[in-house]
Amino acid sequence: MTILDKPASEGAAADERRVPRDRALRGESGAANVFSHGFLLLWGLLTVLPLLWMFISSFKSDVEILADPWGLPGALRFENWARAWTEAHIGRYFLNSAIVVAGSLTLTMLLGAAAAYVFARYEFRGRQIAYYLFVGGMMFPVFLALVPLFFVVRNAGLFGTWTGLILVYAAYSLPFTVFFLTAFFRTLPTTVAEAALIDGCGHFRLFFRVMLPMARPGMISIAIFNFLSQWNQFILPQVLMQGDDSKWVLAQGLTALAVSQGYQGDYSGLFAGLTIATLPVLVVYVIFQRQVQSGLTAGQLK
Amino acid sequence: MRHGKYPLIVTFLVPPLLLYLVFVVSPYLQAFQISTTDWLGYSAEADPVGLANFEALLHDGRVWNALKNNAWLLAVVPVLTIGLGLFFATMLNMGGRKGRAGVTGVRGTAVYRMVYFFPQVLSVVIIALLWKEVYHPNSGLLNGTLRAVGLPAPTWLGDPRTAFWCVLAVMVWANVGFYVVLFGAAMSAIPRDIYEAVLLDGASRWTTLRRVTIPLLWDTVQVAWIYLAIAALDGFILIQQMTNGGPNFSSDVIGLRMYETAFGSESKFGYASAIGVVLFFLTLSVAVLALRAARRDRIEYS
Repeated sequence: MTILDKPASEGAAADERRVPRDRALRGESGAANVFSHGFLLLWGLLTVLPLLWMFISSFKSDVEILADPWGLPGALRFENWARAWTEAHIGRYFLNSAIVVAGSLTLTMLLGAAAAYVFARYEFRGRQIAYYLFVGGMMFPVFLALVPLFFVVRNAGLFGTWTGLILVYAAYSLPFTVFFLTAFFRTLPTTVAEAALIDGCGHFRLFFRVMLPMARPGMISIAIFNFLSQWNQFILPQVLMQGDDSKWVLAQGLTALAVSQGYQGDYSGLFAGLTIATLPVLVVYVIFQRQVQSGLTAGQLK
Repeated sequence: MRHGKYPLIVTFLVPPLLLYLVFVVSPYLQAFQISTTDWLGYSAEADPVGLANFEALLHDGRVWNALKNNAWLLAVVPVLTIGLGLFFATMLNMGGRKGRAGVTGVRGTAVYRMVYFFPQVLSVVIIALLWKEVYHPNSGLLNGTLRAVGLPAPTWLGDPRTAFWCVLAVMVWANVGFYVVLFGAAMSAIPRDIYEAVLLDGASRWTTLRRVTIPLLWDTVQVAWIYLAIAALDGFILIQQMTNGGPNFSSDVIGLRMYETAFGSESKFGYASAIGVVLFFLTLSVAVLALRAARRDRIEYS
């Protein structure tokens, strides 16, 4: 297994590098190591096996899937993928999701950074109230808003539109984004901003030319966090994007695929659809895993 | 230079505030108002009925049944997830203790951490659909394995006695990896010399974990507790996609009850909003209770 053979490359390696590997001492704790490795490996398998199974099954025929869940495909049937891509329109839904998230993520970052910067760096009347109004949104379950939100969006003429989804995604991402970025802007040194102001730099220029570039690490973390939560959003589109299935996002397309699979028994098509939806996210994650992990956990550690 | 700040404050704060007020604050406020009416969907008629909806809730067996399942989630999911998370994080960060080498992780830490985190980047919809297939009585991975070793193959999601617990297991599966990484990040912030001192004093691995690591991680554990408690009151997507509350309401949760009441076969918006209000107060009290119960003296290392 690659899991065992690959040496720890980062993180823990920093500690290990300082400590010379001592073969003789390693032997003493061998039993404990086997024990701990056993559990670690078991959980690793539990995590990987279902995903691997999904991937392999996406190449099998329905007969093969039903006959032997553990068997390997007789041939690489890419036609399953093609069927999911075109007939179940996974390709289109993928694109729809990309359009919606591109819009909502841009809007979230723009508005979130602007509001957070003002909260962190400027003193004005009502600042506390406005800040807690934003941050308080983190406490409310989205279910509470679902019914009225449906009508707010419909009355604004945005029901079943991408614009509606983009605005709603951004609005519901703001509480955590503002909370996180306000804390981040506060950690930046004030001296740079003061020097720039004395040099005659305007407030807007100061933000775009000085503060925003300085806040890059925090912006990247929260952007990753928001990207994943908006990309994986399910309840909001299910309520606000009913009807016209040409505008659906990926999560809706997958549930529709699962329902039709239930009627038609097209198991391989479902597995292919799930694999198509999973692979890009997983590949991007593996490439940027450190950023993704710290982006998703950073907010919780604050 | 102070005169220039108000244009920036206004341009930076008004757009996010507007978006937030329209799509987040106003629906939340309306929800409380709608919960005191008998609004039945798309007609304009909505008569105020006071607290009648809440009174009806008290006698609604379905709602109590759903709440009972949420209570189970609340009792089991955080404990299991945090327990497994701490266990694996400890193994990864200090499982490979080797004599004078001090405290280091096992080999392959980075790979384990990457793999464990997989479910976190996947959409919950994908996780739900994939596990629904894993639990499939005929072609599922689980029963395929059981049959291969000659064990009986239950129907899992089709059996009212097991359906709910199967979904609960998936919830734990999907969350453990995140907390392994979160706790791991917190553990690596603990100064190494503390462990070296404890090691010199001859403390066992278990004592080190119980007396040193967990107290120093307490803040993070507390945050984890709150997040998982809030997640346990939800569970909507997994349940809706895997069992839709069935068989015979055995795996129903409060979020699904609300969704069905509002957007299912009936559209009792007043009653659904009342469920939403109850869910809000439950979330709030669980968060406050978790904060209270977990309160301990903060430990700062200088």
